[in-house]
Amino acid sequence: MGSLNATVAPFTTSNVIPWFRTFWALAASGFRRYSTYRQATVAGIVTNTVFGFLRCYVLLAVAGVAGTAGGYDRPQLATFVWVGQGLLTVVLLWGWTELADRIRTGDVTADLLRPVHPVTAYLATDLGRAGHAALARLLPPVVVAPFFFDLYLPTRWPTVLLFAGSATAAVVICFACRYLVNATAYWLADVRGPLVLWTLGSGVLCGLYFPLRFLPEWLYQALWIATPFPSLLQTPLDVLVERDPAPVQVTLVAVQAGWVVVLLAACRWVQRRAERRLAVQGG
Amino acid sequence: MADGRGGTLRAYRALLGAQARSQTAYRTSFAVDLVGNVGATAFDVLTVLVLFGVTRELGGFTLRETLVVVGLSACAFATADLLVGNIERIPQYVRTGLLDAVLVRPLGALPQLLLMDLPLRKVSRAVFGLAVWVTAVVSAGIDWTPGRALLVVLAPLAAVVFFGSIFVATATVSFYWVESGQLANSLTYGGRDFTSYPVTVYGGWFRALFAYGLGFAFVSYHPALALLGRADPLGLPAWVGWAAPGVAVVAAALAAAAWRVGIRHYRSTGS
Repeated sequence: MGSLNATVAPFTTSNVIPWFRTFWALAASGFRRYSTYRQATVAGIVTNTVFGFLRCYVLLAVAGVAGTAGGYDRPQLATFVWVGQGLLTVVLLWGWTELADRIRTGDVTADLLRPVHPVTAYLATDLGRAGHAALARLLPPVVVAPFFFDLYLPTRWPTVLLFAGSATAAVVICFACRYLVNATAYWLADVRGPLVLWTLGSGVLCGLYFPLRFLPEWLYQALWIATPFPSLLQTPLDVLVERDPAPVQVTLVAVQAGWVVVLLAACRWVQRRAERRLAVQGG
Repeated sequence: MADGRGGTLRAYRALLGAQARSQTAYRTSFAVDLVGNVGATAFDVLTVLVLFGVTRELGGFTLRETLVVVGLSACAFATADLLVGNIERIPQYVRTGLLDAVLVRPLGALPQLLLMDLPLRKVSRAVFGLAVWVTAVVSAGIDWTPGRALLVVLAPLAAVVFFGSIFVATATVSFYWVESGQLANSLTYGGRDFTSYPVTVYGGWFRALFAYGLGFAFVSYHPALALLGRADPLGLPAWVGWAAPGVAVVAAALAAAAWRVGIRHYRSTGS
């Protein structure tokens, strides 16, 4: 029997039920872990709400008397901002350095000894976290907003399903990006550089600062196809406010699906390369 | 006593020097940080330019006029963030017990905390903010008078003091509620976002609360009006633009009082 670790091909079993059980248990633990930070959740909701007001007023002012900007009308812009503020924490754009910290301290060896692939294990935990955030961080701003602004409600029923799929894909894509950024810790002593680049790039290119449709058409289309960033926030929001007709909506979600496959494969590849050179000090 | 004061100054200088040496020890990381910090402010300005790509005016203000508001806010926030911004890490100091060590030393707690963690990497952002401010003022076509020349210098200074007060005042919340980190952000970073646009953009009670309840209108909006020689669309008299330094002094006094009360309230975790 060769060496046994998480990324060596496991003894193949055709039974996928235990695999799903494990995945579900990890996700549930992620959910429970984040549900214990109650004070932080309340503080976060207040902050998201304040920024919801700020960004919403600015975008409504951009729409001005004409009432439209970048192909969005006023209720669409309001929904874009408020759901965006909630979704920000669901996809968790910023502030995840858990993997990098564990690599730096050497704790990551414990992850490698487990009989679950680290990418799978971290993804399961992250989906659990996202589930908690969807209830505790996405809902409150969306409930508060209608008291102060006219929001846009989808008019086509498939939109709701598409949004759910798109938001889930966004969580997985964002997780994969964060995993890749964190995994640079296998090679670099200090991951601050990649983290800074990620923080800056993701914020402006995912549609958080302004809807990407405000940019020239060639630019945002290039961003959409060549980078995963618009798939993090702009796509689910565009799908929800029905910025485009149904076929375009489906295409956008298909692009997301492509990024899910590419990025998860990249995570596994990077993880395999990293394990070949990982040397943890200690005895 | 002259020797005592000299000793205190030397101690502060030693704290700052140790910080500077440790932060610049890893040169590449430090260089990356310098660049990254410029990026944050650059994107704030870029956002305004993108917004003006799809509209001709924002809340009744043109791009050039809005840039004066953004420039003032960016310049002042970046400088305040450099000088006092790290006070927002106080929950960590409370949790790790570092605050106890600071309190038993014969130096002021606030200056120690600020100097012990002065983030030199943010220097680049402050310089960039200043460049935005100068560019905005030069390109705005201001009708110069001695008064306005004075205001160009005074307004950013007042705004730095104001943002600094907000940083300190919101940080004191952590003496009562350790997990309040993000809450402070809604006033500090929220204040920066609010002051980046003319207050006419906002509406209702939200504007009343942030602009006049908390005083953010005096940071960039009213001084910008005074510099541009524009009447306030909301009807306040022109001299209000000159009230900024007064408002900053009041804010600083309130923040200092809040800090004193907070630090007296502080009870060590004893760990």
